[in-house]
Amino acid sequence: MNSAAAGRTTGRIHSWDLSTGVDGPGTRFVLFVSGCPLRCLYCANPDTWHLRDGRETTVDDVMAEIGKYRDFVTTAGGGVTLTGGEPLLQPTFTAVVLRRCKAAGLHTALDTSGFLGTRASDELLADTDLVLLDIKSFNAGTYRRLTGGELAPTLDFATRLDRLGKRMWIRYVLVPGWTDDPEAVEGLARFVTGLGSVERVDVLPFHKLGATKYDALGIPFPLRDTPVPDSRLTERVRTQFRAHGLAAH
Amino acid sequence: MTTTTVTTGSRTDEAWRGFAGTTWRERIDVRDFVQATYTPYEGDASFLTGPTRRTRAVWEKVSALFPEERRRGIHDVDPATPSTITSHAPGYIDRDRELIVGLQTDAPLKRAIMPNGGLRMVENSLKAYGYAPDPFVTKVFGTYRKTHNDGVFDAYTPTMRAARRVGVITGLPDAYGRGRIIGDYRRVALYGTDRLIAAKRAERALLDARPSTEHVIRDREELAEQIRALGELTEMAAGYGCDVSRPAATAHEAVQWLYLGFLAAVKEQNGAAMSLGRTSTFLDVYLQRDLAEGLIDETRAQELVDDFVIKLRIVRFLRTPDYDALFSGDPTWVTESIGGIGLDGRPLVTRTSFRFLQTLYNLGPAPEPNLTVLWSPRLPAGFKEFCARVSIDTSAVQYESDDLMRPRTGDDTAIACCVSAMAVGRQMQFFGARVNLAKALLYAVNGGRDEMTGEQIAPEMPPLTGEYLDHDELAAAYDRVLDWLAETYVNTLNVIHCMHDKYAYERLEMALHDHPVHRFMACGIAGLSVAADSLSAVKYARVKVFRDASGLAVDYRTEGDYPAYGNNDDRADAIAVGLVESFMAKVRKHPTYRDAEHTQSVLTITSNVVYGKHTGNTPDGRRAGAPFAPGANPMNGRDRHGVVASALSVAKLPYEHARDGISLTTTITPEGLGHVPEDRAGNLVGILDVYMAAGGFHMNVNVLDRAVLEDAMEHPEKYPELTIRVSGYAVNFVRLTREQQLDVISRTFHGSL
Repeated sequence: MNSAAAGRTTGRIHSWDLSTGVDGPGTRFVLFVSGCPLRCLYCANPDTWHLRDGRETTVDDVMAEIGKYRDFVTTAGGGVTLTGGEPLLQPTFTAVVLRRCKAAGLHTALDTSGFLGTRASDELLADTDLVLLDIKSFNAGTYRRLTGGELAPTLDFATRLDRLGKRMWIRYVLVPGWTDDPEAVEGLARFVTGLGSVERVDVLPFHKLGATKYDALGIPFPLRDTPVPDSRLTERVRTQFRAHGLAAH
Repeated sequence: MTTTTVTTGSRTDEAWRGFAGTTWRERIDVRDFVQATYTPYEGDASFLTGPTRRTRAVWEKVSALFPEERRRGIHDVDPATPSTITSHAPGYIDRDRELIVGLQTDAPLKRAIMPNGGLRMVENSLKAYGYAPDPFVTKVFGTYRKTHNDGVFDAYTPTMRAARRVGVITGLPDAYGRGRIIGDYRRVALYGTDRLIAAKRAERALLDARPSTEHVIRDREELAEQIRALGELTEMAAGYGCDVSRPAATAHEAVQWLYLGFLAAVKEQNGAAMSLGRTSTFLDVYLQRDLAEGLIDETRAQELVDDFVIKLRIVRFLRTPDYDALFSGDPTWVTESIGGIGLDGRPLVTRTSFRFLQTLYNLGPAPEPNLTVLWSPRLPAGFKEFCARVSIDTSAVQYESDDLMRPRTGDDTAIACCVSAMAVGRQMQFFGARVNLAKALLYAVNGGRDEMTGEQIAPEMPPLTGEYLDHDELAAAYDRVLDWLAETYVNTLNVIHCMHDKYAYERLEMALHDHPVHRFMACGIAGLSVAADSLSAVKYARVKVFRDASGLAVDYRTEGDYPAYGNNDDRADAIAVGLVESFMAKVRKHPTYRDAEHTQSVLTITSNVVYGKHTGNTPDGRRAGAPFAPGANPMNGRDRHGVVASALSVAKLPYEHARDGISLTTTITPEGLGHVPEDRAGNLVGILDVYMAAGGFHMNVNVLDRAVLEDAMEHPEKYPELTIRVSGYAVNFVRLTREQQLDVISRTFHGSL
């Protein structure tokens, strides 16, 4: 694909945003890509589930927007993060955006569940400086009930990233009664310890701020009555990771 | 600049021992002194010390009075003694423990009356707090002595009164002290009042040969008043056992002398903002000398700063509850400007810059003094990191772009109030409050009639009559309304400042300025984002007009989407930029009192709520009475891409055409600065660096604390605009359910209620 054609590649996006310190290092341009194959019960962004709900746009248009912030995010120690939705549901679009960002000298991050990891080409990963890998559960049964998908592809993807020496931050959403089982956390911690390229583990306490979106979309929020984790539980899980020598926050 | 002969008396030699430099010895020039003597500090905050037992004891003693003061509105007042520099006997918090002494009256938190600004304001305030006005004061200021307020209303025209009444021009300092004048209080410490009086006499002598025109007579009289005020300062200081006629010889004396200079100002003037200037690096020269001589240690150095700041925190003025409602509290804007870079490239950051910020830990967070960091990406890393940490912990620091100010007002610039830059001791301003640009836009639709009352306020012109607003037609009508508004506004300010000079002249503050002084006429605009979005709605969407029986447009309906200011979208941002430029150009057309240089600000910190209350429905979809966004902020909820994109829109407003400052208030949760607490200070430094590099002028950084969110749960009406951002989207906090709010709080602050 020549560069002019690549620029005309289209994708569907939900929105973009600038955030600090939550989607990778520094202040970043965050592109929310539409569509996701998983249906995580705690999802805070149900408005990004369907590809058809996204706004069609071209890579050129996205890059024009990112271009306005290039110096800005670079000075602020940040870059560009592709998240969603699931960016690997639109692998060509995602790959071209990452390629163009890389060519512009921007730090790039890919926030993914890894469920569609096989769709990420080696070239796409070469253009990605950091992968934010969301591992929703380390128990295959729980993973299936929580997300509607399988755990194995994510673990395979993690192993592949490690083999490629790709820098990774593991993200683990802590949901009481779902992902707080000490055994499962232990298993995940052991697995992650074996991945040399993981730099840190972010334990993210489950929240219900997406509930208003479910109301607006007229769909039930399955975890409406699930409590949010208290600080003791959050700290316990972080400590479990730390006990394995991992930098957990 | 006046040159006087140096009295190289032994007192002066002793006081100036070890100081380098010559120019400042020959003439009054504190900037030169600072440049010749200060030691930049490029390290981190590890040298700082905590509060001593003594500091805690003094602070606890005075802060124990705060709850009762908050409950009653004021702690106490002396209703019978109009305040002057020498009107009250010395007062103390804890005489044996205090290091820095001096109170506005004879007891802490006891307020004074200042009827020179206006008798009615004094009487209304007293009545509001249950005190009877003193008959003698009423007689003197009602019969024999005219006030500033009386003078203004003698000279207002009917148009000025009408514009003021409906609130299209608002917040005018016509019934109280105008403030925003920064005396160079450092001069008292460096030179002592004898030398300052000699310099003032020399300045006055230069006028002797000039023809006695009205201007020259006024200057001679003012200089005579300044000299008298310096004498009164000397007398007041002597009451506290301090001989400020001579220069300060130690750090302790330097802090004390400087404070006494400031105290004299706040004993005589209840200006809306009584700012301190740029004192920390100046005082550092003395503190470093005493440290080097072994006279004090770091603990003592910090104690002196802490004690000074305690005094600055208890400055009080008697004001009406209405006034406090307008400003959401009882602000004094004792602004201290910290940091910045010198013209020679050396950072003006010293250990005492850190010590001032450290008071927010040693005494706890407080809005006063208003600590203002003059930010540049070139500031030393250790200082930037400490500022960001203090911001995150206390929300009590604001930032202004040193790189924008330095080329214009130099490297001895200080901020008055929130964003008004002035070269200390060389420039002053006539505070001009602001006009309501959103209301003016509605006048354009309605042919100059007020949308709330139907009254004809601006000159009659044809109203817009179409079912839908036509952009070009509206823009042309708006231009005519703004022509009228700018003219009325500048003329109103001329009246106010002429009368203030005449009846409530700042003798002491002006004694601490050079003669002649450079003056700014500080105009201002409010409602910028409402006006810009309204014009954008008319231009990019369709806006249908609804009129009442008299033909007055009272409501609007927007059909379709329009780009809103605050999304770094040039289509909307250019409209805001255009408004700033065009109103400034209109203001510049009208001559000012004393040939002051025209400037304007885009500033409101809290009064945006009141301005909104007095403005009808606007074409951007804002409902009548709903608050404006503060300052140059985009309208809340319309900036959809996060704080950074929003800040970049604001950064486009041209400082060249808003030299009195452009204010941006940001509210972030700690999480919004990073998931990992240790990363947050670095991330905030990054945001400040890039915002200022993009041309941003000011940022007020509020990092939400738990108490605010809890208060917002109990009193949602106080926080209509409180937005929090959670992983990529914003939610309006007060619209969340109680359970969600509790979730946010426990998530953000680690721990449930």
